Amino acid sequence: MVAFKLGALFVAAAGFVMANAAVYAADAPNLNDPKIAKYVAGDKWSGYVTSTPETRKMQDDDFENPSFVWVDQARALWDKVDGKAGKSCASCHGEVEKLKGASTTYPKFVDKHNDLITVEHQIGICRTKYMEADAWKWEGDQMLGMSALVRLQSRGMPVNVSIDGKNKPFYEKGREFYYQRRGHFDFSCAHCHVDNYGNMIRSELLSHGMPNGFPQYRLKWQKLGSMHRRFRGCNKNTRAEPYKQGSPEYTALELYTMWRASGLPVETPAVRK
Amino acid sequence: MAKARIKVPSSAKKGEIFEIKTLMSHNMETGRRKDKKTGELIPRKIINKFECVYNGKTVFSADFHPSISANPYLAFSCRATESGKLEFRWTEDGGAVTSETKEIQVS
Ligand code: HEC
Ligand code: HEC
Repeated sequence: MVAFKLGALFVAAAGFVMANAAVYAADAPNLNDPKIAKYVAGDKWSGYVTSTPETRKMQDDDFENPSFVWVDQARALWDKVDGKAGKSCASCHGEVEKLKGASTTYPKFVDKHNDLITVEHQIGICRTKYMEADAWKWEGDQMLGMSALVRLQSRGMPVNVSIDGKNKPFYEKGREFYYQRRGHFDFSCAHCHVDNYGNMIRSELLSHGMPNGFPQYRLKWQKLGSMHRRFRGCNKNTRAEPYKQGSPEYTALELYTMWRASGLPVETPAVRK
Repeated sequence: MAKARIKVPSSAKKGEIFEIKTLMSHNMETGRRKDKKTGELIPRKIINKFECVYNGKTVFSADFHPSISANPYLAFSCRATESGKLEFRWTEDGGAVTSETKEIQVS
């Protein structure tokens, strides 16, 4: 079975550098290991499982996890009045802890905004429309920290997005994106994260590519980064044209990948290599 | 320099060995990266020294070099001798110093 899957990948990459690159089998992770039990839901598991013990340790301890530098800053911003309306996040929402569970259902279609939106979009709407304050950049420290703070309130709760009703067409679009071959190497997301999780690609041990830990601190980035930044990275690695953070394409993709992660706990802010 | 995160127990027994954890947010610019737009080297700016001073006495210090990761994290231990102050100092290239203090009660 594995041989068949690998064969398919080699055909996909034939003629390109990656033909020799090497997708090869690694020792399967032991899903019964109690240390990772929290990060396994049925046949799904998060990238925590394929992380090294050192990286896991950074995530396990909120002190050692550098993401909390951004989260702490966001906590201070939560109470800070900003913008022409003279409001802070707290003026309307009260304690941030009240947002417990909120992020588990995003992205979702919100009638009032007549679109599928992510947590970051909603924060952007609150900033610009309700506070009349400057927009935060998607990949800027304030937005990353605030998104992490909001999602942290749901840490441990299962991802629970809906793919019915008005979300449905976006789910379909995201699914199509996921299975669409693209770029110079002609890979789809599924070639790596559905057909080859548990295998190595070059020096990387592939996971299911689950989105439940974003924004996450990546050692490679040396900072907190958004889910859409990771999507861009995965697109670029196969020499496909990346989309913009917050674009309709990546928002639909976020819905599809979040649906794949249904039942896995929110892990924000995760730490990965 | 940005904010430091420090974890020290508020009290300890005399003679006890306790753990100290520190994490300083700093991008530790190595001096080897280029500005993508201009192609110019970005000047090196790292924390080059860390010190922990317990009631006036240096109990731990470390010299940092350019391959230390951003947001350097340190954990080390210390023996509780007397109540007082622990001072933490991070020195950056160019000489800027950030310092923080924590109190500890020793009984
Ligand atoms: C050539 C193989 C490859 C393809 C194709 C690919 N990725 Fe990845 N992806 C990786 C590798 C390698 C990693 C890092 C190790 C891991 O967790 O799998 C990764 C990580 C991720 C992560 C982070 C997982 C975590 O635990 O933090 C997400 C999310 C992700 N990919 C989504 C996608 C999406 C969406 C696509 C399609 C647009 C895609 N990937 C296409 C190789 C790939
Ligand atoms: C003037 C009032 C107001 C302020 C100030 C405000 N919000 Fe909101 N927020 C709302 C309303 C109303 C909603 C419901 C959705 C909508 O109307 O857009 C909401 C929804 C949200 C949600 C989604 C909650 C859920 O249960 O789905 C998040 C997250 C959020 N806001 C974060 C923030 C953050 C972060 C700030 C500060 C940067 C902020 N808000 C400032 C009024 C506000």
